[in-house]
Amino acid sequence: MSKTAPQPWTRKHLLALEELSAGEINYVLETARSFAEVSTRSIKKVPALRGRVVVNLFFEDSTRTRTSFSLAASRLSADVIDFSARGSSVSKGETLIDTARNIEAMGVDIIVLRHPAAGAAHLLSRHVRCSVINAGDGAHEHPTQGLLDIYTIRQHFGRVEGLKVAIVGDIANSRVARSNLWGLRKLGAEVILVGPPTLLPRAFERLGARVVHNFDEVIGEVDVINMLRVQFERIQSSQFPSVGEFTGLFGLTRERFRRCKKDVFIMHPGPMNRGIEICSEIADGPHSGILTQVSNGLAIRMAVLYLVSQACERERAAGEAAAAVRHERPRPADRKHHP
Amino acid sequence: MASLLIRNGTVLDPVRGAPLRADVLIRDGRIARVGDVSGPADRVIDAAGCYVTPGLIDLHVHLREPGDEEEEDIASGSAAAAAGGFTTVCCMPNTRPPLDNEGQIEFVLREAERVGRARVLPVGAITRGREGRELAEMARMKERGAVAFSDDGKGVADAAVMRKAFQYAAMLGATIMQHCEEESLSGGAMHAGLVSTTLGLPGIPAEAEQLMIARDLLLNRTIGCRYHVQHISTAGGVELVREAKKRGLPVSAEVTPHHLLLTDECCRSYDTNYKMSPPLRTAGDVEACIAGVKDGTIDCLASDHAPHRPEEKELEFAAAPFGVIGLETALGLYIKALVEPGHIDWMTLVAMMTVNPARIVGLNSGTLGEGAAADVTIIDPALVWRVDPATFHSKSRNCPFAGWELRGRAVATVVEGRVCWELPGRFR
Repeated sequence: MSKTAPQPWTRKHLLALEELSAGEINYVLETARSFAEVSTRSIKKVPALRGRVVVNLFFEDSTRTRTSFSLAASRLSADVIDFSARGSSVSKGETLIDTARNIEAMGVDIIVLRHPAAGAAHLLSRHVRCSVINAGDGAHEHPTQGLLDIYTIRQHFGRVEGLKVAIVGDIANSRVARSNLWGLRKLGAEVILVGPPTLLPRAFERLGARVVHNFDEVIGEVDVINMLRVQFERIQSSQFPSVGEFTGLFGLTRERFRRCKKDVFIMHPGPMNRGIEICSEIADGPHSGILTQVSNGLAIRMAVLYLVSQACERERAAGEAAAAVRHERPRPADRKHHP
Repeated sequence: MASLLIRNGTVLDPVRGAPLRADVLIRDGRIARVGDVSGPADRVIDAAGCYVTPGLIDLHVHLREPGDEEEEDIASGSAAAAAGGFTTVCCMPNTRPPLDNEGQIEFVLREAERVGRARVLPVGAITRGREGRELAEMARMKERGAVAFSDDGKGVADAAVMRKAFQYAAMLGATIMQHCEEESLSGGAMHAGLVSTTLGLPGIPAEAEQLMIARDLLLNRTIGCRYHVQHISTAGGVELVREAKKRGLPVSAEVTPHHLLLTDECCRSYDTNYKMSPPLRTAGDVEACIAGVKDGTIDCLASDHAPHRPEEKELEFAAAPFGVIGLETALGLYIKALVEPGHIDWMTLVAMMTVNPARIVGLNSGTLGEGAAADVTIIDPALVWRVDPATFHSKSRNCPFAGWELRGRAVATVVEGRVCWELPGRFR
């Protein structure tokens, strides 16, 4: 367990782990733990979000994150709508804000946004009244992935503080890496980023990470290895010369795995390129937490949906109470009619 | 109006030297006398407590006409200029279509004349269509009134084309202004550094600016064309210009208010009013730009007024266009950035906004010499005001300084003897 006590949740939006405190992160993890039990029941549903509407607003392809959010919302008894950019009015040139406002006008409580542009969730949160959950914005953050990774690590080791976590691959373009970095650092883990300088700028050192370009130099000392997906389009932009060379330097191969700590824990946010960044034997082996990550994702997303919805509800109630107080006070103009 | 008398002000004319308590009499669009003037005039302005300066000149504005008149046009842009104290602005050629031929140059001059606010002097494109391939007809454009040449919005990427542009412009005695940004490094949305790494936004490295300045200085070394670095933003860029000046090369540079006051830290909220080109850099770069102003490496101040509609700016950071408006805030911001902290005095500030830019583009304005065209700005250095984009004359509102409290602003702008703007209620 982390030393920092959970701190109650008051945020209407979940945009980034950078802005959360250790206490808030622990609060989400605790909430997720209580929701995880729901999935073990024969009737896998609780009424926490009954009557609420959740929209998955996805401007990028995604299978697991979208499915995970959908399932999480329906386990909380919310109504779920899927909205993908393809085949929608977005292709006719509508802006993100207009699209979101139109959807909100249908009476939506939570927008789950996946978007290729960094900052899209921040932009949206400034223009809608409902809650916004960032399900990945460009290369910026993917906070629920970060939370589920940390949850999985804590579940496995019983703690986060003091662990050494290596994140390997295309760091520069990875929102998963950034969310993990913020969350893990806040909870006291050491984060080692591994990749070629073309995909791992030195600036990450100033964010509290150790920056390493030689995987073999650190492989024997880390407790967790989180392998990122290789993006083939980076070859065209000359960020690495070939898949073969990348695998040779940064792939989790059988040979390299032999030099790992005996109790090393292997993670991957998916979808995997088997045989490229990770070999199948390791991905499917006893050290792998990859499928656990997916199951835990459900609990984390239930927790996040529930918490932002509660915060939004409290804000609304506070607003109504304030309006009621204003209403009771007679306005000067009214007095004439009520002498 | 035949005569205008500006009384009781303090004349700040860098060409004269020291500040001078004097009246300024203007007759038939010319400065008739600077000194003690008694006797009547058609209009008398009491400028007690104010500075009376040569009309301010801004070498770098975007007026968006033709092509994007919903963002700005020559009428609104020159009105904004006058309201900011500018009597002359040089408009960049990246309009649609671009100002790359004599017809377009003539159009701008005619339209500016028609609307009758600040003077608008067009900068012609270096290359046809601003495409960086073939030279535009610089001689014809110059003959019609283009004051300099630039492909602003982007630099001329091809070194062979740039060399020819220097040779050709040198023949004409024209100034080349360059938007210094190496194209292959310019794909980002903000300065490449800690903040871009944190935000997951693609970065534009400082080297993009420095590479083009260094290349141009090399190319131009034996040619000797007048070369002006637009909106300098990096410490390395300032150093390159400083070294070139030491070697006696014909180089000058301008800096914007935002590169003197803001850093890339401002981008943290993904607010696109902090997205401009060149991007906001680091605190170290700001310091270097200020040092460049202090030691004369940077010659003049320019707003890079770049209007955009709210709908264009209310987009994802990477998708939004570059640029912020500046004509109506520039003077107050320069005072805040440079005069209030004591980096330069008022006279130097006025020189950097009048005679220095005039010399760069070969104008003989920027002074209050008797007989000169009567372009005059009256500045109240003590007037405290709050920046409120809703009150701007510009059609656009993309201003990162909304809500800032500034001290000092223009209260009247006189172009060729005619008061073409005055702060409402100030003098009557």
